Amino acid sequence: MSETAKRDRPWLMRTYSGHSSARASNELYRMNLSKGQTGLSVAFDLPTQTGYDSDHPLARGEVGKVGVPIDHIGDMEALFDKIPLDQMNTSMTINATAPWLLALYVAVAERQGVDPSQLQGTTQNDVLKEYLSRGTYIYPPGPSVRLTTDLITYTVENIPKWNPTNICSYHLQEAGATPTQELAYALSTATAILDAVRDSGQVPADRFAAVVGRISFFVNAGIRFVEETCKLRAFGAMWNKLAEERYGVSDEKQRRFRYGVQVNSLGLTESQPENNVQRIVLEMLAVTLSKNARARAIQLPAWNEALGLPRPWDQQWALRMQQVLALETDLLEYGDLFDGSPVVEAKVQELIEGAEAEIARVAEQGGMVQAIESGYVKRELVKSHTRRMRDIESGELKIVGVNCFTQTAESPLTGGSDSGIMKVDVQAEREQIAALKDFRARRDQSGVDAALENLRKAAANGDNIMPCSIACARAGVTTGEWSEVLREAFGEYRAPTGIDIAMAGQTGSAAMDEVREKVRRTGEELGRPLRLLIGKPGLDGHSNGAEQIAVKGRDAGFEIVYEGIRLTPSHIARAAQEEGAHLIGLSVLSGSHLELVEDIQSELKKIGATDVPLIIGGIIPEDDAQQLLSHGVQAVFTPKDVDMNVIMTDMVNIIRRNNGLEELA
Amino acid sequence: MEQPALTLSHAQLADAVQRGERAALAQALNLLDDRRPQSRAIAAAFLRKLQNDQSSIRSHLIGMTGPPGAGKSTLTAALIDLWRQRNLRVGVLAVDPSSPISGGALLGDRLRMKTSADDDGVFIRSLACRGEFGGLSAEVWPMSLVMLAAFDVVMIETVGVGQREIDISRMCDTTCFVAQPGSGDSVQFLKAGILEVPHILVVNKEDMGAVARRTLSELGTALGRAHSDGNWEVPVLSASATAGTGIEELADALSRHRKILGAGDQLQAHRQGYQAQWILKRLQDEFGSHGIARLGGESALLQQLTEQSLSLFEQHETLRQILLQPGDQHA
Repeated sequence: MSETAKRDRPWLMRTYSGHSSARASNELYRMNLSKGQTGLSVAFDLPTQTGYDSDHPLARGEVGKVGVPIDHIGDMEALFDKIPLDQMNTSMTINATAPWLLALYVAVAERQGVDPSQLQGTTQNDVLKEYLSRGTYIYPPGPSVRLTTDLITYTVENIPKWNPTNICSYHLQEAGATPTQELAYALSTATAILDAVRDSGQVPADRFAAVVGRISFFVNAGIRFVEETCKLRAFGAMWNKLAEERYGVSDEKQRRFRYGVQVNSLGLTESQPENNVQRIVLEMLAVTLSKNARARAIQLPAWNEALGLPRPWDQQWALRMQQVLALETDLLEYGDLFDGSPVVEAKVQELIEGAEAEIARVAEQGGMVQAIESGYVKRELVKSHTRRMRDIESGELKIVGVNCFTQTAESPLTGGSDSGIMKVDVQAEREQIAALKDFRARRDQSGVDAALENLRKAAANGDNIMPCSIACARAGVTTGEWSEVLREAFGEYRAPTGIDIAMAGQTGSAAMDEVREKVRRTGEELGRPLRLLIGKPGLDGHSNGAEQIAVKGRDAGFEIVYEGIRLTPSHIARAAQEEGAHLIGLSVLSGSHLELVEDIQSELKKIGATDVPLIIGGIIPEDDAQQLLSHGVQAVFTPKDVDMNVIMTDMVNIIRRNNGLEELA
Repeated sequence: MEQPALTLSHAQLADAVQRGERAALAQALNLLDDRRPQSRAIAAAFLRKLQNDQSSIRSHLIGMTGPPGAGKSTLTAALIDLWRQRNLRVGVLAVDPSSPISGGALLGDRLRMKTSADDDGVFIRSLACRGEFGGLSAEVWPMSLVMLAAFDVVMIETVGVGQREIDISRMCDTTCFVAQPGSGDSVQFLKAGILEVPHILVVNKEDMGAVARRTLSELGTALGRAHSDGNWEVPVLSASATAGTGIEELADALSRHRKILGAGDQLQAHRQGYQAQWILKRLQDEFGSHGIARLGGESALLQQLTEQSLSLFEQHETLRQILLQPGDQHA
């Protein structure tokens, strides 16, 4: 045996990507594959993820922004043009509309002449975490769990190499979860889903082990890479035990904890963004060092994610990090480096005990679905994240370049005509809509109507949703039509915001006391307490920022009106008027800030409420910030602004200025 | 100091409110919330004009209360949908607690009352209780007057078990208590006679099955020992806001109760009673029972208040001034 033959096979290397249109994304995919990427990870845009066609009013400004728009089978076919699906391993980050996107994938395979049973890949298909983080849910938890289980039971029998669900702890960490919480909530979610599959009666008892064997996970890795390594070893041990004890899986292979990774985005900084490169590399070590807990697939963020959308070169850099680790270093030549380490063993044990206690608390409430519906889990996450923000603010948690060592030479990376990020083609949305209208005009409407009627029946009578969805895909049904039929059948849901957590305590810091006094005094001068309306317009569900401002604002003495994610500009404008808000604070992370601000300003004008000032926070490139300010937005906050007391004081002064009062220092 | 931001005269504002203009409504509510003396003077004139027009006599003021988590907001949302189908215009005042430490508040009830944003027939205003007025915001009654002038149905939603139901039932045409299945609190309160009996009891979440049915029958039994005044027998209903069941029955019971309150002078007398209660309560908060005694005692004061035709701010301020004078004079 030669020296190289002894090496382990590297994990699947992917880059989470997709933008503008199916054709543009297809070109990007083929370029990435030619650079040595070994699988695809499809990013869909928000309308596709939340079940709207590109020409729906809610989709305005969002088409092609954070991913590729897929309206129908024609788009899906273009996305995989010249990419033979029987030779590809495709991961799709899709949840509420997962059955639909898998149906389109199957229909495209058929058109390519590929037997669907040969397909390999993953649908994320974990809606429960969407209620806690990320926010692309549509239906209430009950029907969502049903759609998830339908997809699982379908693929286990018909597409056996497919990973039907990727239970995600990734987004929980992004929402503030500690390692213990990640373990507890991900495993509680897996239990809720597997119990539902078992109770659905769709899988014979002797096939149930196969279902357990197909469950995979999508995990996060933060900068504390020793603890993260231990977390993944804990995951493996706990999953193995759960599969054996709760579900009686006897084959050890089917109890293996299989997971993919995207390393942490929450910790990536806008200040001195080049430091993100070493953060990403260290985080990658956490999920590769321990052979017995090594990731099956890895995708890395680009160094400039906190600035805006990465360019192809940025994504190439991220891929090269993986290749250097897998191919140049000797990592893959050894067995597990940590087996037998008492330090690692003790840490793993500590994490397991903490997670088991939290799992028991969730179980006491009736399980994960109930603990989500009651708002319990969301509140726990908001608490953890609030703690993290306070630690950053106080300097207890050090972030280089953010709250220490902030001096920097000018970066050559962020200069240049593109300021170091990618600009999405502004024509893309218009072209997508024109193509969609053309597609609708050319299809056989009676076939579409019949397919939708069958879908409606299946939704009502409990038949598995997949076969009729695949028929819809073939017939030329659109994403919006498929989702709308299920909206009518299941209703829509608004998840708890989790911000109703207890106050930090009687004794705030001196800085906090000062802010409180400014808020109180200004309220008195204006005759009533200051009111802040926090709005999340558009389809973007990343609500950390909005939640943290809400909690901090309440602690500072503001009366906060916050209605959660996915509101229309008209809803926000009218709520601001009805509630007598002194200030509107918007949070947008999807890149559609220019369109959404324009829409909200025009709605405010329409109802005669232009006297309410507007501020915005989010991932907003400098050029766009200047444009927003010149259009009357009073302040733009970005991830660089970590001192919330400063943000609060700015808000007070904007209100004072707007009411003719002198500003406070 | 800053002038109140009022672009219309108080009379124009009152007219615009009665026409249901949203911008005017918002402005009027802001005005009533504004505690600066110069704003209070305008507010008093505005309310006098509004009360003289008496357009509010046709509408219905409903108090909805119950323990946290009973689903009051989702039930309200279901009722709003139904009332809109019946072509009724709806105003909501949703009261949430304030932080005793910072004075700040999270006003989240709108989240569960999501309505079509473009529906001019629905208007929701959140209120923080601001640590006063027994957990009910002191602004709730003056704001109700504005809402009553503009909407067919006005709903006040508050959290609480116990004392707060008493407060709200003294200030609404109809009080509806929403009970949480499986929680014995409301039953215990009823049995102990602590809970002033609301006009309608409803057990929400009937989709929970047996546990909801048990609470329903316990409430029915407990109620048997409680009072029912001559021409109204308190119904105990069952509903599910999420499943959409029992909503019509609830809406019908609410409007049946509204009918027995009558119209014109009869209803006007009720409403003056609420206003008197509001003034009494504010004076109690500020001056205690000693203050009320100095004004001649509760019942004499209520009697006197219902006979006057001044606006509530004027009545309240006049009495305050009497109590603020040094010495032991009686009013």
